[in-house]
Amino acid sequence: MIAIVDYGAGNLVSVKKALAWLGAECAITSDLEEVARATRVVLPGVGHFASTKTLERAGLKQAIADSIGRGIPFLGICVGMQWMFERSQESPETRGFGVLDGECERFPASVKSPHVGWNQLEVDSSSRLLRGVPSGSFVYFTHSFRVPVSGATVASCEYGGRFSAAVERDHLFGVQFHPEKSGDIGLRLLSNFCEL
Amino acid sequence: MLTKRIIACLDVDGGRVVKGVQFENLRDAGDPAELAKAHSESGADEIVLLDISATQERRATLLDTVRRSAAQLFIPFTVGGGIRTLEDAAAVFSAGADKISINSAALADPKLITRIAERFGSQAVVVAIDAKRCEGASSWEAFTQGGRAAAGRDAVEWAREAEASGAGEILLTSMDRDGTGAGFDCELTRVVADSVRIPVIASGGAGGAQHFVEVFRDGHADAALAASIFHYRFSRLADLKKEIGAQGIPVRWPC
Repeated sequence: MIAIVDYGAGNLVSVKKALAWLGAECAITSDLEEVARATRVVLPGVGHFASTKTLERAGLKQAIADSIGRGIPFLGICVGMQWMFERSQESPETRGFGVLDGECERFPASVKSPHVGWNQLEVDSSSRLLRGVPSGSFVYFTHSFRVPVSGATVASCEYGGRFSAAVERDHLFGVQFHPEKSGDIGLRLLSNFCEL
Repeated sequence: MLTKRIIACLDVDGGRVVKGVQFENLRDAGDPAELAKAHSESGADEIVLLDISATQERRATLLDTVRRSAAQLFIPFTVGGGIRTLEDAAAVFSAGADKISINSAALADPKLITRIAERFGSQAVVVAIDAKRCEGASSWEAFTQGGRAAAGRDAVEWAREAEASGAGEILLTSMDRDGTGAGFDCELTRVVADSVRIPVIASGGAGGAQHFVEVFRDGHADAALAASIFHYRFSRLADLKKEIGAQGIPVRWPC
């Protein structure tokens, strides 16, 4: 069972719909035991980085940390990916999960922000999450902050300079775009995650 | 490169897609779920479903329509028409919409934008503005109630306030061009797009590929929406994107 972690920020229906379409058993949940039992954990997220504070208060941060410690695959989407890092300029007082090194930053003033729409990926072919997803593929983004390119980056995107579109380390995965809204390419990625 | 979005709009009345000819003679153009899927497969970057039902009885079927349409749609899906409260918005999101579009209710109470944005994120809140050019001037007035009543607000100033209130995008319809096929109002679109940081979707007047090229190039639009030109002939959407792309506008094609 895939746990889609609900921490009260935004609408998780689309993520569930896409996973269910692929035939995956999944549930939107904020129940600690259900998260603990899950064989995969997905952390969606929209809106403000500060909303991830709820994860800590609700005990979900610890539940996710325990699950990751047992080798359960984890996928962060959008703010869910940003939360995997240490902090964000959007809310400097909010601590991220910190499983990856780095800080989410603003877009430069030279481009409109938020970055909304379909943009192209430059894919590292060694990525397991992006297996079968070629460079040049279009995916749907909507975000105001971004993660710089680092050693964990497996796909980058160009908008006011390159930034991390997807990150991967061991069984930890994150995508800045919305695979559930990215047509066949997004479904391919989610299918890869289900089969890891 | 970030591409310019081509958005297919479905006007829905009582659970069926309708196509107005000069705002009259609403002709049945099919099942919303089937049309949404067909548009998605032919290259639409996004689907907007606008409920134009005049009566509560016909509006009652909206959530079912949204649910059926969303079930097989894996591109962004916006729903508008008759959303007046946070609860209305929540119900539409639960049925599978990614974004809601609000117009009259936001004009009546701009805090509604903030309330929905705080709960669902700004990216989920589209503020639709119906704008009509003031006679002989380069200024536009926002209209409410489906274009029936002047709101007494300057459209550009209202767009700025909507952004400040938490809107994630502006869906800007030129009432002067809507239904004419004579091209988007590029001047209106440019003035609004240059006044806000959030994306602006141009609407009203699409008749051919050249109109899209103009509104992206001269109107600074981030996206453009059309309804009637996509009806009946789905293949035109793919052809349209190819043609726009060939003129140097970045579009998602092939997709």
